Amino acid sequence: MGVVGVKDQELLEVKPAERTGSANADVRPWTPDRSGRSGALGSAMTRLEDPALLTGAGRYCDDAPVAVGTLYAAILRSPKAHAKILSIDVSAAKALPGVHAVITGEDIRAISDPFLVALKAPIDQWSLAVDAVRFVGEAVAVVVADDRYIAEDGVELVNVTYEDLPVVVDCLKAVQPDAPVLHAPAGTNEISNRRFVYGEPDKAFAEAAHVVKTELVYPRSSYTPMECFVVVAEYHKASQSYDVYSNFQGPFSAHPVMAKALRVPGTKLRLRTPADSGGSFGIKLSVFPYIVLMALASRITGRPVKWVEDRFEHLSAASSGPNRVTTIEAAVDKDGRIHGLRMDCLEDYGAFLRAPMPGPLYRMHGALTGAYDIRHLDVTNRVCLTNKMPAALIRGFGGPQIYFALERLVQRIAVELGLDPLDVIRRNLINKEAFPYRTASGALYDSGDYAQAIEKALADGRLEELKARRDAARAEGRYYGIGFAAVVEPGMSNMGYLSTLVPAKVRERVGPKNGAVSMVTVNVDPVGAVSVTADVTVQGQGHQTVIAQIVAEQLGLTPQEILVNLEIDTQKDQWSIAAGSYSCRFSPGTAPAAHIAAQRIRDKVARIAAKQLNTVAEDIDFANGMVFSKSNPDNSMPFSRAAGTAHWSPVLMPGNDQPGLREIGVWSPPELEPPSSKDEINTSLTYGFVFDMCGVEIDPITMEVRVDRYVSMHDAGYLLNPLIAEGQIRGAFVQGLASALYEEFVYDESGAFLSGTFADYLVPTACEVPEIEILHIETPSPFTPLGAKGLAEGNCMSTPVCIANAVADALGVESIQLPITPSRINDLLAGEESRPAKQIQTATDGGSTSARAGHMLTGKGEFVVAAAPEQIWNSLLDPEKLKTVIPGCHTVSVVEPFKYRAEVTLGVGPIKGRFVADVQLSDLQEYRFARLSGGMSGPLGGSEGEGTVTLEALPEGTKVSYTYSVGVSGKVAAVGGRMLERAAGMVIGQFFERLSRVVKPEEDGPANTASTTPRWKRFLGLGR
Amino acid sequence: MKPHKFDYVRPETVAEALDLLAQYGGDARVMAGGQSLMAMLNLRLVQPRVIVDISRIAELSDISDKGSMIEVGATVTQARVENWDRLNETLPFIARAIPFVGHFQTRNRGTVCGSIAHADPSSELPLSLALLQGEVVLRSKKGERVLPAREFQLGLLTTARRDDELVTAVRFPKSIGVNGAAFREVARRHGDFAIVSLGAVRLNGETVRMAVGGMADAPRTIELPANLSDKDLSERIDAFAWDLGGLEDIHATARYRRDLLRRMALPIYREVAPCAA
Repeated sequence: MGVVGVKDQELLEVKPAERTGSANADVRPWTPDRSGRSGALGSAMTRLEDPALLTGAGRYCDDAPVAVGTLYAAILRSPKAHAKILSIDVSAAKALPGVHAVITGEDIRAISDPFLVALKAPIDQWSLAVDAVRFVGEAVAVVVADDRYIAEDGVELVNVTYEDLPVVVDCLKAVQPDAPVLHAPAGTNEISNRRFVYGEPDKAFAEAAHVVKTELVYPRSSYTPMECFVVVAEYHKASQSYDVYSNFQGPFSAHPVMAKALRVPGTKLRLRTPADSGGSFGIKLSVFPYIVLMALASRITGRPVKWVEDRFEHLSAASSGPNRVTTIEAAVDKDGRIHGLRMDCLEDYGAFLRAPMPGPLYRMHGALTGAYDIRHLDVTNRVCLTNKMPAALIRGFGGPQIYFALERLVQRIAVELGLDPLDVIRRNLINKEAFPYRTASGALYDSGDYAQAIEKALADGRLEELKARRDAARAEGRYYGIGFAAVVEPGMSNMGYLSTLVPAKVRERVGPKNGAVSMVTVNVDPVGAVSVTADVTVQGQGHQTVIAQIVAEQLGLTPQEILVNLEIDTQKDQWSIAAGSYSCRFSPGTAPAAHIAAQRIRDKVARIAAKQLNTVAEDIDFANGMVFSKSNPDNSMPFSRAAGTAHWSPVLMPGNDQPGLREIGVWSPPELEPPSSKDEINTSLTYGFVFDMCGVEIDPITMEVRVDRYVSMHDAGYLLNPLIAEGQIRGAFVQGLASALYEEFVYDESGAFLSGTFADYLVPTACEVPEIEILHIETPSPFTPLGAKGLAEGNCMSTPVCIANAVADALGVESIQLPITPSRINDLLAGEESRPAKQIQTATDGGSTSARAGHMLTGKGEFVVAAAPEQIWNSLLDPEKLKTVIPGCHTVSVVEPFKYRAEVTLGVGPIKGRFVADVQLSDLQEYRFARLSGGMSGPLGGSEGEGTVTLEALPEGTKVSYTYSVGVSGKVAAVGGRMLERAAGMVIGQFFERLSRVVKPEEDGPANTASTTPRWKRFLGLGR
Repeated sequence: MKPHKFDYVRPETVAEALDLLAQYGGDARVMAGGQSLMAMLNLRLVQPRVIVDISRIAELSDISDKGSMIEVGATVTQARVENWDRLNETLPFIARAIPFVGHFQTRNRGTVCGSIAHADPSSELPLSLALLQGEVVLRSKKGERVLPAREFQLGLLTTARRDDELVTAVRFPKSIGVNGAAFREVARRHGDFAIVSLGAVRLNGETVRMAVGGMADAPRTIELPANLSDKDLSERIDAFAWDLGGLEDIHATARYRRDLLRRMALPIYREVAPCAA
């Protein structure tokens, strides 16, 4: 007998001196136990977390009780994409009963420093906007009050005056010389441009039979957790330290960034994380600016301060994945063998570069050639800034962007050379004999058998079935396509990869950065109960279960007997900069550290037991809660008694062993070297493999993409828990599907944010998710003691491009824009639309039309009023008359001749908001024409625009014609997109209806206006 | 996402509710299921002084057969109608359309009258009311009036309800579409607001009536002979599509909406047109 998975002869006696630092030497190998033993490491055990999570008993950050006297914060956010802050008047908000403080950027600047960034570029960012705002949603002020309701009331009373600055939203425009610059001291929006050449790409291209080139745009999206950000911060005046409780996810390399911003040593920023977290997907790194902000708010108010991010804040301002424009070309021979690659990657990080950005551009740097053996590579990485929310961590982290380019290119090679895309993939794969394989840009791929994985995925009739379905569909004239994607999935990032961003000479000067330190502590109490703490943050992945399996495996216990506490307290727990849950570091990082710590406990308990059982430690084994002699299993003692010895009976401790039973496992694999002088970098420790294949059909009526079949083959080394692995793959697939078909953060050219609710930011629900077939092969990693690799991000990388390739195949097109919406496919497929001749007419009997031109809502209308032009004209120029004309008008004042300021309540149906409107009349032609321009602003948002009014005398009165063109920003734009066009038309229509009524007050309604016109006629001529 | 301060009143009778509406008028908002109103309150898009919660008014909780009409009281949830055992027999079109209203969770609270009173241009129930040419019953302290659907929903979120009036019930004509009723909806996800929704019923005589949602500021209807050729139907629908225009948002171009209508109309028409009236 013996513990399954660890061979007896491989038990090593390890000297205590070797147990510090890099721990590779004392790690014993392991193979998964698929014997069916309950809870075995490698078995598909159900999650220990689930009973609490599924019965509503999770303990989330917002659930925790707070100290007496805690105040609540609400944040005023910018409705402007780019503007100077001229003034902030906080007096009305401060005067509101229950408000304790109103904090602005000036207050923050006085007591904190800007956040450190990876680039030495003058792009300072504090936790509140200072002097200017650079994206819609940027935090401008914080109101701290007795409760959140009052705080939000206070936010509405803060009066900010802005001066608009030119906006740039498109990253291709942002890098043009004439583009408005976001951060003037930087002098440019393109804040980093590095070219890397590996091998001889110029030669490869010169000698190539063909060059295939394509350009790809990867859009902005996020993977939105159910639970948004939460921060509770308390400043301890006596010790001048901060105590923060937040659902921060790591990496804890952000902790020094926060401490530095707060101007304290790390020990004076105590950061604690909760027992449960409602998802993160990378996003909850981005709570860190708010941790600093609320810490400062606590310092200013002298009270604990709590802030809970709401969904509107989250969607508009938390963080986004970066959008990227990639130009990629391949030097290929006639068979599709790729000899060289050239890439230009322009990545858009939004308004600021937040640590650890530009990670997505460099995290994949070693793996730029994907699953392919390509030795010649020329890549230019460019980082640019635009007036959008800052980009940060997101599941897949750079992978979706690179594989969207690379795998679309592979499909294009097949199309342009008339080859089967599978043959192009096969001809370029890295051979299994080549592992460990060093890529051109420096990654050391640990293991794999890509060809076998692909052939197994295609086998058993899967590919034949897809082809048969495609043939049948096409024979009926339907659009059906097949897509493939082969992806190498990195796990556990080398913390030094980002230093590839700076030239080798700079790296030499500042010293090497590398590695990824993982730490886990196993503790055994006086009755032999085992607890574990680890350097991962909970997000729902099932880490507690797998850690319990790992530790139980070593100690002959059941996972249910192992208590795993993953709340982190930076003042008390083990952590390093790599701590946190991200970039698939659990299986290659924390899991080995747990394995090491558990082995140390096992070894120590074995020595303790051996002394009492009169044998040697090498003869001791563990099973079923007992410690026993392998040669004589009856010679045994309970684990609890052996372990208890270390607490109760120091006198019985063997040799050099100290009493007590607590061991820390440290794992820092030597393969994670710093970048070489030639910019080669092993960006991650493990490299899994994913091969996806799918068939899609385009619905002929709706143009929706329907995923007909989806197969996903994975090689993630040994699976520690196949059930949890499946959950991770399914989750990543759904998010990959979301990127392919649904989710996008949309901005218009003015920088207005248009996806502020889940009605417009379309997270797929269970109804939208097709069934998938998941397959595995297991080629264990030789670089991790458990042979396991990361696997939770692969489908975020493979699925968008697999579906895009299938759609490209279905439609026979090159350009695929993500997300692939039915409206976009309609644009591709629908030909010219001709209007029937009899419909081409304009409303001559009054009416109005509205439409959208870019980000402007435009419209026009006309009607006849039974009054002379002079009467109407005078009404427009008379503030008192104007007050009765403007819908919901409270006051009108004349700022200067022909310049008015009005306070109005405007809206549609029950939706109303109070606005201050500034309107200027110009180009006046008395009784004939006026131009109106100006803007409005209020808590619901703002608008800018202009319009014209033309008066024409008719026998029966006056024909009033108007045009308008307005842009809308702020909350109404973000949440009201579906109705905006119609709403703008209605509000403006109301103005003119009332105008006609005021002129002829004796009439019940307008003489001949839109409202009396049949509704359908009002829509004649709509569109452009 | 916390609402402004407001008073909350939960009357037990219609008379009390009407007193409150007479007192507060436009400063009051009526709440039944709250499925649209709560979200708007939290976003501070609506800021009423008083919320009048009618959900406990017993006299508004009936589905009743009024001979030629089925009357649905103001507190009847969409789920109750969906699960009503006489639905398919009396209101076959509603039976087809109501599963598309939000999600089953929202239908458990959302009311039929609330959806119609909210007058969202993409909603299924206002479309149903327009298609079936139903009625809305409005009461105030001054009395009762009954408006046909087309006079009730005036535009985007805008109805003919006066500030002191309560929608106490809606009435759907019985048995329309018994011999042919169809509903289709295209939305990005199940339960989303429709990009285009389309309903059709076969009427007595040689007529098919269709209603389209999502393309204008209110549902719009068209009546067509039941014996049109494909070509004639296409021309009529094309003209209708141009009349409606179709609107532009981040999910769909106006062109896509027009094309959707063109492509959806033919099969749905063919589904109901041959049915004997």
